[in-house]
Amino acid sequence: MKLRRRKQTQEVKVPKQAKPLRQEVKQNRAAGGTAKDKLIICRDLHIQAWFYSLLRLGKTPFASAITIVVLAISIALAGSFQLLLINFQQIAGNFQTSAQISLFLRENINENRARILADTLRKNPAIESVQVISKEQGRALFKTFGSFGAAIDMLDENPLPVVIEIMPKNTLDDDGQIETLVNTLKQRQEVDFVRMDMEWLQRLQAIMAVARRLFVALNTLLGFAVLFITGNTIRLELNNRQEEIMITKLVGATNSFIATPFIYSGFWIGFFAGVLAWFIVALLMVSLRVPVEALSAHYNGNFHLLFLSVADSIKLILVSASLSMLGSCLVVFNQLNKTNPQ
Amino acid sequence: MLKFANVCKRYPLTGDVLRGVSFHLQRGEIAFLTGHSGAGKSTLLKLIALMERCNSGEIWLDGQKLSHVKDSQIPYLRRKMGFIFQDYKLLHDRTIFENVALPLIIAGYGHQETTRKVRAILEKVGLAGKEHKFPLALSGGEQQRVGIARAVVNKPPIIIADEPTGNLDPELSEEIMSLFEGFQQVGVTVLIASHDIALIERMHHRVLKLEHGRLFSV
Repeated sequence: MKLRRRKQTQEVKVPKQAKPLRQEVKQNRAAGGTAKDKLIICRDLHIQAWFYSLLRLGKTPFASAITIVVLAISIALAGSFQLLLINFQQIAGNFQTSAQISLFLRENINENRARILADTLRKNPAIESVQVISKEQGRALFKTFGSFGAAIDMLDENPLPVVIEIMPKNTLDDDGQIETLVNTLKQRQEVDFVRMDMEWLQRLQAIMAVARRLFVALNTLLGFAVLFITGNTIRLELNNRQEEIMITKLVGATNSFIATPFIYSGFWIGFFAGVLAWFIVALLMVSLRVPVEALSAHYNGNFHLLFLSVADSIKLILVSASLSMLGSCLVVFNQLNKTNPQ
Repeated sequence: MLKFANVCKRYPLTGDVLRGVSFHLQRGEIAFLTGHSGAGKSTLLKLIALMERCNSGEIWLDGQKLSHVKDSQIPYLRRKMGFIFQDYKLLHDRTIFENVALPLIIAGYGHQETTRKVRAILEKVGLAGKEHKFPLALSGGEQQRVGIARAVVNKPPIIIADEPTGNLDPELSEEIMSLFEGFQQVGVTVLIASHDIALIERMHHRVLKLEHGRLFSV
């Protein structure tokens, strides 16, 4: 046996030093050599993983469909609530006129001085518009108030003052700014008194603030739901493909290489869920449009339901896909770090 | 090529599995690793494959110290090794071509080069024309040849085979062994863990025998 072994050793030309073979050098360069090589390899692998993950999703249509529908319902809830808020803001905007400030000028202030004051007020950045109501215009307006309006004709002189009506900017967003404006106006010598229903406005602003908070809280919760649902789906997929992952690790795959198709699976799940959610919200809006507009007509209103804009629609789909990808990412790397070939 | 210097491995439950194991395999050498069940063969292979870390001693592969390698470097080191298993460990939902191409894709070879290399190696192991079949459509011997093709397609300097002929009849075992000898001719080191004493005696290569965690060269 020893003789045979010696013979074998003579036959084989063994290099004296452990010099890397030419092929090894090439392999290592291809596996992570120059920046250009890396970029090309990276691009090809991502394109391959992108389509492969879509194909994998199609191989389990029922399971994929269930996940997508569950996610779509969550995202549709968030989308619907956003639309509710947008439409509520629209209704609130219609009430904006009630937030106007009326300046009742002193008796000795004539129309000319009132107009000079109005011009000064127009320069204030907190004011949207200014309108002067002369004594005569006030009288005409007073007369429209039913039988009580006729009483003004019995007086020798018009007792009504010149009034300046002001529409402030950011009526709904910043009640502190309005209050500051009212205080500034009160301090003017020409002004006798200022009238504004601040309480009503504050209530409306409080309601809007609550609605916005609710919107943020609900969206955060639904965002987490998307994250966990996708994460769990990908976790199950990882468990089903343990053997494949082990083999791939043994032939030298990095965690990033193994993770890429799973992360893209997350992207596709989120993308399809986002698209489906958009359709659910659209369907909801179409079904509500006719009755809401009919209701508006009963109140002599001209209210039209607003739908998600193109930008909002793209945002909905992108957020859904991104959250889903993030969920996959977190689960995949966590699981892969724990997985070692046996 | 592969050097073990006084390597010890201990598990908390079973105690010492490898005790001061030392050996050196030259480039282009074939060696059999043998021993009874529980002698430590699998543990030794796991240490080379970096599935486990040794408690003491040093392991060198191609001039690189494995015992202190970072986790992030493990995948790149595994690309320098070709693994062959008793149960073949093929991906059953992929074709023969895709199975063999996997190490090349991982190493970052382009499509054309991958195709050329896969076809060449399949021809070498006698599976030309079966690229588009799935593993389960092949016999045990053919599946093992796919496993071998996958292990060597990337031209690793060392092949680690764990009972590669365990599921094959003697005739097929001889065929597989002649493939290994063919790789040896081009300077590839082959370490084969095997129980098959008859096969080991027929092949006349170096034998490393493990007994209760200690290594004896035969």
